[in-house]
Amino acid sequence: MPIPVRDDPPSSPQVMNAFYRRLFPYRPFFLWLNQDQVPSKLFTHREFAFTLAGDVYIRYNSFHTSDEFKKELIRLNPSRFEIGPQYSARPRDRKTLAAGALQPQRRELVFDIDMTDYDEIRTCCTDKKICKRCWGYIAAAVKVLDHALRESFGFKHLLWVYSGRRGIHCWISDPAALDLNDDQRKSLVTFLEVIKGGKEQAKKVNVRGNKDDADLHPVLNEALENLKMEFVKLVLHDQDCFATERGWEALLSILPQDREVIGNLRREWQSDPTRSSVDKWGDLQQAVGGLKKNNQLLFRKYEKAMQDVILQYTYPRIDAEVSKHRNHLLKAPFCVHPGTGRVCVPVNPDLVDDFDPDTVPTVGELLSELDRAAAMENGEAGSQRRTEEYEQTSLKPYVEMFEKHVAAVLRDSRGAKRAAKQESMDF
Amino acid sequence: MFRPSTRHNIPSSSTNPALEVKVNKRQSGIGANPAGPSTRYPYRLNFYETPPTLDITLEEFETFAISRLRVLSQIEALSHRSLPYAQVQSSITNYTKTHLNLSSNTARNVNLDEERRRDEIGHWVLRLSFCRSPDLRARFVRSEVALFKNRFETDDVNERSSFLKSLQLDWQVVDENEKMRYEKELKLCMWEKKDEAFKNESWFKVPWHTVPDLVGSRKVYIRAGMAYVPQSLQISLVLQAFASRLEKALELTAKNLPRLDEDDRLGPVIDHLASSFLSGVASSDYQSSDSAAAQGVVTAEMVDDVARKHFPPCMRNLYDRLKRDHHLKHFGRLQLGLFLKGIGLPLDEAVVFWRRMYGATMSDDKFNKEYKYNIRHSYGQEGKRTNYPPKSCQQILTQNQPGTQDSHGCPFRHFSPDNLSAFLSSTYPQIDRGSSEMRDILDSVKATHYHVACTRVFELTHGIKKGEGLGGSESVAHPNKWTDRSRELEREVVERIKKKEDSDEMMIDQ
Repeated sequence: MPIPVRDDPPSSPQVMNAFYRRLFPYRPFFLWLNQDQVPSKLFTHREFAFTLAGDVYIRYNSFHTSDEFKKELIRLNPSRFEIGPQYSARPRDRKTLAAGALQPQRRELVFDIDMTDYDEIRTCCTDKKICKRCWGYIAAAVKVLDHALRESFGFKHLLWVYSGRRGIHCWISDPAALDLNDDQRKSLVTFLEVIKGGKEQAKKVNVRGNKDDADLHPVLNEALENLKMEFVKLVLHDQDCFATERGWEALLSILPQDREVIGNLRREWQSDPTRSSVDKWGDLQQAVGGLKKNNQLLFRKYEKAMQDVILQYTYPRIDAEVSKHRNHLLKAPFCVHPGTGRVCVPVNPDLVDDFDPDTVPTVGELLSELDRAAAMENGEAGSQRRTEEYEQTSLKPYVEMFEKHVAAVLRDSRGAKRAAKQESMDF
Repeated sequence: MFRPSTRHNIPSSSTNPALEVKVNKRQSGIGANPAGPSTRYPYRLNFYETPPTLDITLEEFETFAISRLRVLSQIEALSHRSLPYAQVQSSITNYTKTHLNLSSNTARNVNLDEERRRDEIGHWVLRLSFCRSPDLRARFVRSEVALFKNRFETDDVNERSSFLKSLQLDWQVVDENEKMRYEKELKLCMWEKKDEAFKNESWFKVPWHTVPDLVGSRKVYIRAGMAYVPQSLQISLVLQAFASRLEKALELTAKNLPRLDEDDRLGPVIDHLASSFLSGVASSDYQSSDSAAAQGVVTAEMVDDVARKHFPPCMRNLYDRLKRDHHLKHFGRLQLGLFLKGIGLPLDEAVVFWRRMYGATMSDDKFNKEYKYNIRHSYGQEGKRTNYPPKSCQQILTQNQPGTQDSHGCPFRHFSPDNLSAFLSSTYPQIDRGSSEMRDILDSVKATHYHVACTRVFELTHGIKKGEGLGGSESVAHPNKWTDRSRELEREVVERIKKKEDSDEMMIDQ
């Protein structure tokens, strides 16, 4: 009898249990964390934290093998679980260790981008909602970060994972990333972090040292070049950020406060409220262009400030704290978001523009797909049962993407190990 | 205790001929002063790569470590006081000159070897006491790096470059082709954007994570995981190398430390060193200094006046309590009593003082029976006749924590922030409750840098520039030092006035 899953809340305990029993991709998940076929410290000394029903939170779990992990996951049936670092000892032995003996050692470098940080600049949704349109911000952020992390910092194994509701995570599994200490992580984040300051600070981009008109760092410059297109497409056309008075006042407040330039623009825009964001940006460009001839200094200032505007509206807004410390926990890929029931699936950064959060399979849908497949198979007597059940569901392409990523990680880690072995043989 | 020095003590007689040859060659490369540095210490700077294998006396073991400890805690105290960079550097330089001087190879009439041996031994001893917890390790590395940086920056340019050569750090130099390929990017990261400056500059290429500070401040171009560090920012690379090697070595030492159980002589010394650093104490032992003696005896009548002008907050608090309640609990009496002894209150005056302070609340009989004994005891006149020294800040901070009825201890440590600011603002009119100075003090307290907070109070109440401390940017490490310095300052003022009066009189005479 098929269970009427569709009537359940997005992630009831029964549904979650079925998910952990039948669908969770344990094998690639284990290999991804462990980077080897036999369990290494990367897995056995790794912290897992489970959130159980009723907001019970169990930290410092660790497992000897993938099977043990699977058993425990099914037994505890958490609504979600998170991954921590590899510690100096097994986290589960924490209570028997001397104080301070449990230190985080290695951990993937992680990033977290959340839509809530974009609330002040998105016009389509607010709060917990997300749609295909505001996903554009995330897509722009992913492209910029992915480029900087690969080209500038030289990382290769980036796994982007949809967070299940309105954000995206990135896990970097390069050995060099695993080995970073907290200081190094912090410096990398400080380097990449451009949007800073709270609600009360209008201008959140201050990346030119003490001078307003200093040049950008070459890496930011490159990001800016890529973001110019996104800015026109996303901020001016799609979101139409400067359409309302609140919108264009926000723009004016982060420009240099030259009375003439700002005053003229304000008057012009107030007199014709129908002007679109594209028109307004054009007005600004024209006004600034006019300065070029007789006020070189002010022109330079406005030119740089307009670059800063583009950064402020499109540059990735990362949650810096997540990335700075090795012991920060982050929700695992292929978890189910308890609120939406959507699976945290990998996202291909090259196709991030086409990604639609609404099409991500929910756990309920996946289970009904399984039931349907089972019914069909029953009809075709004698057909062979497949080894993995997820292959019969729409989770398949995502697991395959994950497996491809894991294979690349393993290939590199094997290569590194062979090289190390070679070296020790030479002695 | 004293072990006669063996031939190992003579540094030139290295038992490893290969090492000797290599070192000699290196030295001849610089063309150093033949009378100057020895083969063991060819440079003023030292990365402390190989432990010294010479015999030393126990006394040296401790004293060398203590002098280095003073310097390190001084550096740590300075770093928490948010002073301008130049001021910090110059006071580190001054402080090291007196406590742990290292001369350059060109210096004459200096026993370079002795200086450098002192420096080296101190460093290695402190490694033993600081390797034990991650927190201690981190603080030790931070202070050591600051010390090294200071020495690196003040080092002779030629000596420094030959020292760097000797380290053989394998930094990849960016060749001309690559330099031209990334001309635009590299220029964007330079302060000086002129072509000339670009032509003259050269770059090293290192993995970005070896220079986190430069990356965090966006001072270097980064590409494919490599940071392009210009020659002018080289110091970051050196410091990073120094810090990471020291960190690794400390972790290794920590692992091996339990095997050092051979010795009951070293254990206590090592323990003591670490604990005095934790309480931020540069020089914890107080000996009634010349200045105190010069200021002469304090009588019971004078205590009230001295208290108002020269008592540090902890003693001021105890004294005010005693005046108000005509009573103090045991540890309060001990803390204040020993302190008074330190400022020059003789035994008979002390008896008078305490008798007076207890006043009518206590009968003569009871006082003589129960209290006089304790006073005499603390002056070494009863019992085992030990002349107890006044308590240092370290002792006040860490020993005999005050209970609910006690008023002893350190106000910065044992008062709640509200009570502390009320106490300070009512006791010292110079410190306003809502002022930025008060915020400064409370911030230091929050960061558990009690001595920094106390030093700040000293500066504020004596009209001294921030960072000067008890002179030469020494921070308060002992209540009696506060009082000594405070009285010294007063005397200086009095003398200045007197001189002025004298000269005025002379004018009149003429």
